[in-house]
Amino acid sequence: MTNEAVLKDDAAVAHDAHHADHHDHEHHEQHFIWKYIFSQDHKIISKQFIITGMIWAIIGALMSVFFRLQLGFPNSTFPIMEKFLGDWAKGGKLSAEFYYGLITMHGTILVFFVLTAGLSGTFANLLIPLQVGARDMASPFMNMLSYWFFFLSSILMLVSLFVTTGPASGGWTTYPPLSALKEASMGSGVGMDLWLLSMALFVVSSLLGGLNYIVTILNMRTKGMTMTRMPLTVWALLFTAVLGVLSFPVLFSGFVLLIFDRNFGTSFYLSEIFIGGKALPHIGGSAILYQHLFWFLGHPEVYIIMLPGMGMASEVLSTHSRKPIFGYFAMILSLIGITLLAFLVWAHHMFVTGMSPFLGGIFVLLTLLIAVPSAVKVFNWLTTIWKGNIRLNPPMMFAIGFVSLFISGGLTGLFLGNSALDIHLHDTYFVVAHFHIVMGVSAFFGMFAGIYHWFPKMYGRYMNNTLGYIHFFITFIGAYLIFWPMHYEGIAGMPRRYYDFSAWESFKHFGEINVFISIVALIVFFGQLMFVVNFFMSIFYGKKLTTPNPWGANSLEWTTPINPGHGNWPGEIPEVHRWPYDYKDDGNGNDFIPQVTPLRPGEESH
Amino acid sequence: MSGLLSTVLFVLVFVVLYQIGKASDYAATIRGEAESRKQANKALAILMCITFIFGMIGIWACHNYFKDMLLPISASESGREYDKMYSVTIVVTGIVFFITQTLLFWFTYKYQASENRTAFFFAHSNQLEALWTTVPALAMAVLVAIGLKNWFTVTSVAPPNAAVVEVVGKQFNWIIRYPGKDNELGKRDFRKIDDANNVLGMDWTDPHNADDIISQSGELHLIVGKPVKLLIGSRDVIHDVGLSHFRLKMDAVPGITTTMWFTPTITTDSMKRLTHNADFVYEISCDQMCGKGHYSMRGTVIVETETEYNKWMASQKAYYVANATPAAPTEPTKPAVLPTDSTHKAPGITKN
Repeated sequence: MTNEAVLKDDAAVAHDAHHADHHDHEHHEQHFIWKYIFSQDHKIISKQFIITGMIWAIIGALMSVFFRLQLGFPNSTFPIMEKFLGDWAKGGKLSAEFYYGLITMHGTILVFFVLTAGLSGTFANLLIPLQVGARDMASPFMNMLSYWFFFLSSILMLVSLFVTTGPASGGWTTYPPLSALKEASMGSGVGMDLWLLSMALFVVSSLLGGLNYIVTILNMRTKGMTMTRMPLTVWALLFTAVLGVLSFPVLFSGFVLLIFDRNFGTSFYLSEIFIGGKALPHIGGSAILYQHLFWFLGHPEVYIIMLPGMGMASEVLSTHSRKPIFGYFAMILSLIGITLLAFLVWAHHMFVTGMSPFLGGIFVLLTLLIAVPSAVKVFNWLTTIWKGNIRLNPPMMFAIGFVSLFISGGLTGLFLGNSALDIHLHDTYFVVAHFHIVMGVSAFFGMFAGIYHWFPKMYGRYMNNTLGYIHFFITFIGAYLIFWPMHYEGIAGMPRRYYDFSAWESFKHFGEINVFISIVALIVFFGQLMFVVNFFMSIFYGKKLTTPNPWGANSLEWTTPINPGHGNWPGEIPEVHRWPYDYKDDGNGNDFIPQVTPLRPGEESH
Repeated sequence: MSGLLSTVLFVLVFVVLYQIGKASDYAATIRGEAESRKQANKALAILMCITFIFGMIGIWACHNYFKDMLLPISASESGREYDKMYSVTIVVTGIVFFITQTLLFWFTYKYQASENRTAFFFAHSNQLEALWTTVPALAMAVLVAIGLKNWFTVTSVAPPNAAVVEVVGKQFNWIIRYPGKDNELGKRDFRKIDDANNVLGMDWTDPHNADDIISQSGELHLIVGKPVKLLIGSRDVIHDVGLSHFRLKMDAVPGITTTMWFTPTITTDSMKRLTHNADFVYEISCDQMCGKGHYSMRGTVIVETETEYNKWMASQKAYYVANATPAAPTEPTKPAVLPTDSTHKAPGITKN
């Protein structure tokens, strides 16, 4: 589909997106519903994703506050919890069942709804068309469906919080038989059915989005925008979409089999089970099969979460250091390496399931191999800011924080990826610390860097800087204070997903540090609310942009008007003449040369 | 009342911070954008620097705080190797951590924006990129080599003289079965399980079952210095036998028997002296989410000398003697499709 054809279906496209020779009678206002709700404009859809994602992030984070209260103060009651949770926290004390429901939903919400839909959905939608020079996605209609499937999925997940038997509570990985048998846990009742349905719709949403992103990047680039002139954000979003398209269907198949086992008497995952006072008729299934299917998505999922952050951090670090990204091709190659290896390491989550030790050995090798492209990226980021002229504004601070957290969380992966060490650390707080730092907080930092950087493009206004700095320091210091001590707890063998440690001789002496972690978590939570307030207030009251290119950046999105209509560029889409990282003297006293500037006589293309 | 007060206080702090944010924006406009941006940049570079220094002090403080709270010396042979490998990995990652974090924050401070500086246009360097591809690759090779060596040792076949004990998980406790005098565990079948008198579904037609001893309190007795092989199973959902003091862990999966072997090297009594803790006990923690009682699924390991072990063993009654009635157990009427003579490793054939 050509760029102009994309907009033809959308009868009421903004006038200025059309060629100058279009007639005035096409100029009419779109109805509110088509412009803002069932919109096919990628920019509006990206806003829908980010706002839905933020609502989920607040819910998910609030859940963590509730269960951190239980972990920090197992012997106290918090009447305020009863107000929120009703009978689940009778007398202000969280019930064990709901504790497990909360950790399950916290994981599901943050991993899928916030860091997959909220992150990829927002930035792939916003940046791909703007940065490759397209009027919209290849299929704006499919793009709209992608959001609305996500919305439906969200509604189902939300509903599952309110059913009598509670939400799914077998952990976000929902391993059968626990998740397959209603007798095994209260959360394995209706809550689990809703969880599965919701996730199935989520997969649909993710595929509709992902296919669109890939096609748009491959087919809709403007004149002169060769693949090697694309910003690294677009490269990262491309591989994110590839990962999703290839691995989500496998997860889907895993869920379908689980739905069958739960409702139609099959035995894919069930074998030789005695529960609820009787032996079940299932024989011959394998509970481990589910784990293979789950982690075949589950591990690429980690990179689905990380890659957009990597791309955005690359872009932000380069722009605000006023230097080209170091090793552009190495960055692309390492993205390719990570993408390929992401499919070959899933079983490192399963070292202690009793799988063949030889197979375990292969997965150790492949897992530690992934450290090489990751290391290349880190060193390239460091070299990018080296001898730069660093502007410490909120996006840059978050990008630096991203690198710091990525290093910290990445290094602990070397412990867990090595099966001989994993055999002790598996499912302890070490794991909790590792993945929260690397794919939780670090990915969030990539997202925050992106939000602060592209907010001016989204809303034509700035976010408040001072609040941004406060937000940065609270989150950065808080994240380390929360998760650093957890490594030690994990090294001491403290298992994750425990409701109370006081009966354990080996773990009860960590009570004091659990209190500390819970208090910091509470403070960090309120710090995030400040970000939310800053975000929404700035949409309406933020300082207005006076120039379309506030950061002095090179990429194409900054050549659009301050508030671009549907179609992005009035008149022709600009032609691209150079790569996006020409941060050098343009001969007129500027330290950047936008991609649309033709090469000067004698100047070599990158 | 206190709830109301803290809410008010919280809202107030919020409003104040928000106003500070707004005010600083106005102040910036009055003072002149460029000037205030310059000042902010300088202040932030210093703040980043301070954050880094306090971070490093924090790491040191955290380390000191935890120093005496971690696990004692490993109580198994393989665990000693584990501890060594752990130290090597912590040194390697520690060096990388300190170098990269220092560079990150130092660059941030040193190259803060200034009118006199022009950024150095440095787009790529093949030598540098080759360097930091190969060095991590070599470091990984070393870690993989040590890891695989240990991994294949830990997962190797148990020595022939190893004692065999069965550990079965159920919601929410551990059942331990010892083979008794004949040193053979009898067959069992999940369809024969009865919580009243046959918790593991032992097949009473198998004579090996007659002397098997079952501990339903999850007490695992082991002889110091003697290898033991655990046969691990589950009755209902996935559990995990976590033995942190021995640096070991293995899932208990329904329908599959997993194994794990090790040699305990320190008795519980010696460990009490070593840790100066009279209450010290080796604990089995369930390390795989298994339902609402997951956090309470606790077992214990008693490592003792052979004499103590034999004495304890002599005081135990065979489960058969205590539970099975002399009259042949009445076979409950099961659907005919289920094979009646299957062991706990039932073949996966059903006709429906």
